[in-house]
Amino acid sequence: MTNGWNDIKNADLVLVMGGNPAENHPCGFKWAIKARQERGAKIICVDPRFNRTAAVSDIFLQIRPGSDLAFMGGLINYVIQNKKYNEEYIKHFTNAPYIVKDTYSFDPATGLFSGYDPEKRKYDQSLWGYELDEKGMAKKDMTLTHPRCVFQLMKEFYSRYTPEVVEKLTGIPKEKFLEVAKLIAETGAPDKSMTHLYALGWTHHSFGVQLIGSMAILQLLLGNIGVPGGGVNALRGHSNVQGMTDLAGEGRFLPGYLKPPKASEQTLKDHIDANTPKAVDLSMNYWSNYGKFYVSLLKAWFGNAATPENEFAYHYLPKIDKVIAMDEILDRMYRGKMEGMVSIGMNILASNPNVKKISEGLAKLKWLVVMDPFETEMANFWKYVQDPSKVQTEVFLLPSAIFAEKEGSYTNSGRVIKWKYKAAEPPGDAKDEFWVAGQLWNRIKSLYQKEGGKFPDPILNLTWNFKNPYYPTAEEVLHEMNGYALADITDEKGNVVVKKGERVPGFAVLKDDGTTACGMWLYSGVFPQSGNRAKSTDLSDPSGLGVYAGYGYSWPANRRILYNRASADPSGKPWSPKKKYIWWNEAEGKWVGHDVPDIKPDLTPDYGPFIMLPEGRGRLFAAQLVDGPFPEHYEPFESPVENILHPKTPHNPVVKVYKSDLDLLGTPDKFPYVATTYRVVEHFHYWTKHIYGTSALVPKMFIELPEELAKELGIKAGDIVRVSTARGSAEGYALPTKRIKPLVINGKKVYTVGIPIHWGNEGVVKGALANMITPFVWDPNSQTPEFKGFLCKVEKVKA
Amino acid sequence: MATVTTEGTVGLGLRRVSASKAPDQNIKKSDQLAILVDISSCIGCKACEAACAQWHDLKPPLHTEEKLFTGYQSGPGLAPNLFMYMRFQEVEMDKGLVWAITKYQCMHCADPGCLKACPSPGAIIQYTNGIVDFDHSKCIGCKFCLSGCPFDVPRYDANNKPWKCNFCVDRVSNGLEPMCVKTCPTNALHFGTKEEMLIRANKLLEGLKKRGFDKAAVYDPPGVGGTGYIYLLPHGDKPEIYGLPKEASISPLVSLWKGPVKLIGSIVLWGTLLGAFLQLILFGPIKVGKKEKKEG
Repeated sequence: MTNGWNDIKNADLVLVMGGNPAENHPCGFKWAIKARQERGAKIICVDPRFNRTAAVSDIFLQIRPGSDLAFMGGLINYVIQNKKYNEEYIKHFTNAPYIVKDTYSFDPATGLFSGYDPEKRKYDQSLWGYELDEKGMAKKDMTLTHPRCVFQLMKEFYSRYTPEVVEKLTGIPKEKFLEVAKLIAETGAPDKSMTHLYALGWTHHSFGVQLIGSMAILQLLLGNIGVPGGGVNALRGHSNVQGMTDLAGEGRFLPGYLKPPKASEQTLKDHIDANTPKAVDLSMNYWSNYGKFYVSLLKAWFGNAATPENEFAYHYLPKIDKVIAMDEILDRMYRGKMEGMVSIGMNILASNPNVKKISEGLAKLKWLVVMDPFETEMANFWKYVQDPSKVQTEVFLLPSAIFAEKEGSYTNSGRVIKWKYKAAEPPGDAKDEFWVAGQLWNRIKSLYQKEGGKFPDPILNLTWNFKNPYYPTAEEVLHEMNGYALADITDEKGNVVVKKGERVPGFAVLKDDGTTACGMWLYSGVFPQSGNRAKSTDLSDPSGLGVYAGYGYSWPANRRILYNRASADPSGKPWSPKKKYIWWNEAEGKWVGHDVPDIKPDLTPDYGPFIMLPEGRGRLFAAQLVDGPFPEHYEPFESPVENILHPKTPHNPVVKVYKSDLDLLGTPDKFPYVATTYRVVEHFHYWTKHIYGTSALVPKMFIELPEELAKELGIKAGDIVRVSTARGSAEGYALPTKRIKPLVINGKKVYTVGIPIHWGNEGVVKGALANMITPFVWDPNSQTPEFKGFLCKVEKVKA
Repeated sequence: MATVTTEGTVGLGLRRVSASKAPDQNIKKSDQLAILVDISSCIGCKACEAACAQWHDLKPPLHTEEKLFTGYQSGPGLAPNLFMYMRFQEVEMDKGLVWAITKYQCMHCADPGCLKACPSPGAIIQYTNGIVDFDHSKCIGCKFCLSGCPFDVPRYDANNKPWKCNFCVDRVSNGLEPMCVKTCPTNALHFGTKEEMLIRANKLLEGLKKRGFDKAAVYDPPGVGGTGYIYLLPHGDKPEIYGLPKEASISPLVSLWKGPVKLIGSIVLWGTLLGAFLQLILFGPIKVGKKEKKEG
């Protein structure tokens, strides 16, 4: 979240699109209800189904799964055409005035940006940069009239998304679209703000990152980023998935969004140079500190073995050019290129698309370790294999503690790190991850000590400074993440600010000379020498804006709203007294306000508010995304209709395509209906079906389908139906509903079928795995599978 | 979220007792308690349903074969081991589709039909704070309470004992809010005195009307003297879409029972009991071939 849960209450409009917070974030959704009850905010829900959020929304629009970008393009076009954007904001706080190189182009007929290589299915992104002057600064046209300035390019780009086109692609009637567009555009006023809430409904697409980019564009145009009640807010799915992401849960990152080295970066200097951006405008350009964070990480990992002479043991790190994410892991496994797998806290079989491909892949492993509180589908994957008698994989089950049986911290969607205490001992032989990691580490290390091995140094020299090396504590790990001084740290005047051996007060003091160690720079400050701030529970809120600065610790630097300098106009005055948050105090020459300013306190207002970008300005045009600098509508990989914008390029042209015998895609002639998968509030993934109480709340796998379709197919409530796709099939109990209506897409009647995901072969209640039918297609930026919007057919199995 | 602060809300004096004379009215008068269910803020997450089962230590039915209630609703409804449930109904209205999601349980009527219908002295009691409760030790399993209930609430276990929401009388009498209220994540449930709840409901009602729900209303049916559970209904003109009777009132048969039939009823009842007693002392207890499996 750019903002935070509590901040939702400051919104004048709550747009829920790409998420179903009433269903999946019921506790957080109270802030949306509060915004309505206390401020008269409207709640708008745009979703393929009239869901629980829709049930309490003021306006609901039913959209065809996978057509959200068309809707967003329509909104952006509406705001530009009707001049509803905040002009001052976009001139000074976004790259709207920047001139783009003439090597950038977009061909509306083919749907391709310049630089596309159809062989490699890749763009040459270097063609999309800004024009720079002789000092390396981006050229700008503050009148926004230059034909190649971002604003004009964007205006032309989105002019194709007329309300008529939106209707044809999404199925939302033009009048309904315009009604909502008007309400959204009104939040471009300086005294109004809109918050956008999204979750997996937007990330689960082959163009998911572009969808979120489109909302960033809309919110920047309306001046809704950095202000109370604004923002683009990702509602994360697990209690600590934000923490997992921050700590490099994805193969693309090291902790704190630092990058793993590439083959082209053989020395530390190469790597740091390649990843330290140069400012192209008046910008704090905070990533210019990349080297400090990187060296501190290497010091945290390798301690005394990391010296200036050996480039802080940079040579210990593998240099890999390819992003190895879940898609690649699963595909390699299926191709027999993996020997074994350790799975901790994950049900890979149930959570990923195309169960058949995954189960056959797991069957090719020599060994599999599954650490989980329950015996999962993954542990018993043989039940899903075509010929279980041939499975040779040796499976080890390690019973683990559940969340309440161990201490540690959670990082919530709003980036607030909060301590959690252990409530009970794990039952039987179950152990927590700290214990398992301690045991594994010591055994692996002693094997390397005894037997040597190919490259023992990184293992032998890994820092393991725990009181009990066989059982580290959560707070000891947090100590390492927060960072500590390896020598006295002094300020510019030579005063000692941190003594050797003490924990650092924040990432601002980290050094690239090896005198600081920090395992996770973004969290630095959570555990200063004075104590663990994740444990703080101060509920005071003097501003009344829901800042709660003393409750937990919000990364970075305890900021609750990111980019909050943008809550003041270019001169530093609040946009409106109603949205007063951070402002420039002329007399003192510094930024002050209700939150920690998201800018160096004494940096003059002419510096851009987006301090993490070399522009210092928000990007309406983002050349960094692999699939295009402007978000464009592409159809899901399986779509019931042609892409009327550019039939020759119906899908995202850079999506990685897998071509094994099980990577099958269906066509609308055989699979006429659109399917989408989702969750229900009563269940948590594949976990709660192991619990009697939650199983009783929603015991049966059900399939939601429009009443009209059910009638056509002779299906009644409670009949057992089979949903099939090119990959496989899943059976469930039919739930004909009024809440999913047939849509008319470019003249064609399209039905949507809904499939909740929570069942499987194990547990108190059983049912089909929804992922039997989902396609193995992934977003090229984030490697997230396309669970929303694929083709299926439905048939009745048993009345 | 409210905690009981009003003096005297504990109110565990008896106001009414089934099949008995009115208790001494000189007992300390206490406020009537109420829960306000704000349907416009309820997301139907069933946290209350789960919390209710947990607090009362119930193992609710697991409806894996139930056909009609596939999907969001946990099953067909109340059971001896399910004191409240969320009811889901899709209704097409003039202004569009409504997914009416309602928390359903004993309403704790001010004028309780169950209590009036009950022939067994002391089996149903109403405390001075308004909570209606069952005393199983005095229940004779006649099921009259069900016929007296305008909301079709009590459910009988294998031993023929009726069960229903008791307003968490154990919690309330110790100064805690009922479990469902404590658990509600969106503040759709409010707890306090009836007076406070009506004020709050009417304030929320104004907000709803401003949002265009011109038929919104507070549901507090006068036919039963008002209820301990009051509802803020966005479509107040159609309480039936929420599963609530438009005109809730006690069956006329109950009034009849209270009148002339009571005497006959009592004779029959006591006659039966006498018979049973004679059977017991003359022949010993009736052997039940196969002990019925207690649900839950």
